[in-house]
Amino acid sequence: MIYNIPYLAVVALILIGLYAVIFKRNLIKIVIGITLIESGVNLFLITLAYRQDSTAPIYHGTGSRLMSLPVPHALTLTSIVIGVAVLALMLSLIIHIYRHYGTLDARKIGEEKE
Amino acid sequence: MNIAIDMDWLLTHSPALIVAIPLLGAFITPLISKIGDSVRNAWAIFIVLLTSFFVFLLANDILTNGSVRTYVFGGNTALINNSFAVRILFEVDGMNAFIAIIAAVLAIAGIIYSWSFMKEHTGLDKYYTLVLLMIAGMFGMILTGDMFNFFVFIEITSIASCALIAFYTNKGKAVDAGFKYIVISSVGALFILLAIGILYSQYNALNMAVLAGNIQYTFLDKIAFGLLIGGLAMKAGIVPMHMWLPDAYGRAPSSVSIILVGTTLAGLYGALRMTFTVYGNSLLTATTNKGDIPLYSIIGAIIVSLAIVTILIGVLMALKESDFKRMIGFAAVGEIGYMILAVGAALLALGTTYGDKALTGGIFHIINDALDVGLLFLVAGAVYYVTKETSLNKLGGLARHMKYTTVFFVIGLFAVSGMPPLNGFASKLLIYQSTYQVNPILAIVAILCSILLLAAFVKVFHSAFLGPKISKFEGAREVPKSMLIAMGFIACFIIFFGLFPNIVINSIIEPAKDAILNYTSYIGGIIP
Repeated sequence: MIYNIPYLAVVALILIGLYAVIFKRNLIKIVIGITLIESGVNLFLITLAYRQDSTAPIYHGTGSRLMSLPVPHALTLTSIVIGVAVLALMLSLIIHIYRHYGTLDARKIGEEKE
Repeated sequence: MNIAIDMDWLLTHSPALIVAIPLLGAFITPLISKIGDSVRNAWAIFIVLLTSFFVFLLANDILTNGSVRTYVFGGNTALINNSFAVRILFEVDGMNAFIAIIAAVLAIAGIIYSWSFMKEHTGLDKYYTLVLLMIAGMFGMILTGDMFNFFVFIEITSIASCALIAFYTNKGKAVDAGFKYIVISSVGALFILLAIGILYSQYNALNMAVLAGNIQYTFLDKIAFGLLIGGLAMKAGIVPMHMWLPDAYGRAPSSVSIILVGTTLAGLYGALRMTFTVYGNSLLTATTNKGDIPLYSIIGAIIVSLAIVTILIGVLMALKESDFKRMIGFAAVGEIGYMILAVGAALLALGTTYGDKALTGGIFHIINDALDVGLLFLVAGAVYYVTKETSLNKLGGLARHMKYTTVFFVIGLFAVSGMPPLNGFASKLLIYQSTYQVNPILAIVAILCSILLLAAFVKVFHSAFLGPKISKFEGAREVPKSMLIAMGFIACFIIFFGLFPNIVINSIIEPAKDAILNYTSYIGGIIP
């Protein structure tokens, strides 16, 4: 049971994130929701890599010892970098939206006549 | 060194070069633009033409020989004993080659069109960098054979295209459309990453071919399948997730809209690849627990019902829309519905001749839709360039000033609504014939929606191009040559495909269809 806690945390993070993306009206909260989903997915990948009593996958010294899987770590690093880029882009768009409309309420945005 | 060996060498390395050239070109663009504007524009066109040369070289080889080409990044042998080889594979078969051709044609038209269309704007060095980056990401999505690599290219494409959709930052609505797009596509991409994690946890592999060879269709695989298709359907704009698409297409510069059509189709390609190749083994053979109903007919029925809703919503919304570019965006949603209708009908009637025909029609419609909708976006861009207006209520009498653009619009109008001499007819006829044998109601809805689409575009033709002179547009002139060349380039393809559909079907559509049905050759294509 204790080993399932990370997976429960993953599910909780993703569901809370999806809730925020779907139901929140404030654009910043939507962005926070996406970040939560991303953290959930990253936690999932890291949890997959872990084996009981394993060490970090770095070769040093002699003898074989149990190591956690290196591939999901590489995936997570890439995913974190991509996530930062997307986050920066979304926040910069929010700055532009705020300049135009003076509000971050999704209901009041994009309704003006041209 | 003689030429023959050289060509062989280029062919071997072309899968890598198709992605590497625009990627490198994108980051050199800001430096080149210090020299001068014309040099920078010529550089961007040169990079796209060079990339397209490799695409056509590769596609020619694969479509004529029916082979599968694999390109290995990294090593083929394990670093230490009993370990795994550190590598990423690009795997190209008929289907990838076919979609890559579409992407190349759209990219050429978009980049030539940009020369005059974007002339009056500032920040063009960034514009060209992002366009080339988007093209690189699109080709990466199409060619890769690795799940995680696919995710990375999806994100590259989303980031670049989001920035381009919000290019007109002085307009609030454009920024709003860009924000909508990045939310949808980053949530979709995270779904895909979660699915990749689930698949990796079970099969210890990220390679599509290895996964396809091992897949068991367990409960977790079903969840992963749902997440993958959900994420990719968001990218492709299938109906419950379509609302970003008309906004994004409508607010982006026209030269970007046409390349966005290519990225949407790359998302659709991903969905087809996951369904038919990665899950091909279990999907095309397995039966469900309840009775003897095969799994593929259940999936087929779900896809067909989604497709009908997609067609209806796309076409009906197009009918009531009064903004030129948003209307074409809704028409594009409807056209995607036709493709997945054909795919669903093919699954429902798998193994029969008309099921086969439906898949041929659907794949043929992918290229026709890209060309028709692309041409209409370019025409809408030309109208905007001359009048600075996209609302149909304010346009009128433009045929008096812009005769070539009017001709191109008429070609696009007939093609998109499936009128006989043009390409839309060739593929839609195949879809009508085959879906009629699956269920007549499907064919009736498909034909009816085509007629409605014709009605919608005739309305545009009447309100924008015909009618009395409007004094505001008295000084309107024909658009510059580069825009006419881009529109003519696409129109030539439309007319050729309409007049000689048999040549096209035999030379590019059939190999693509065979590749997508024959997943074992894709699995066999990797180096063990």
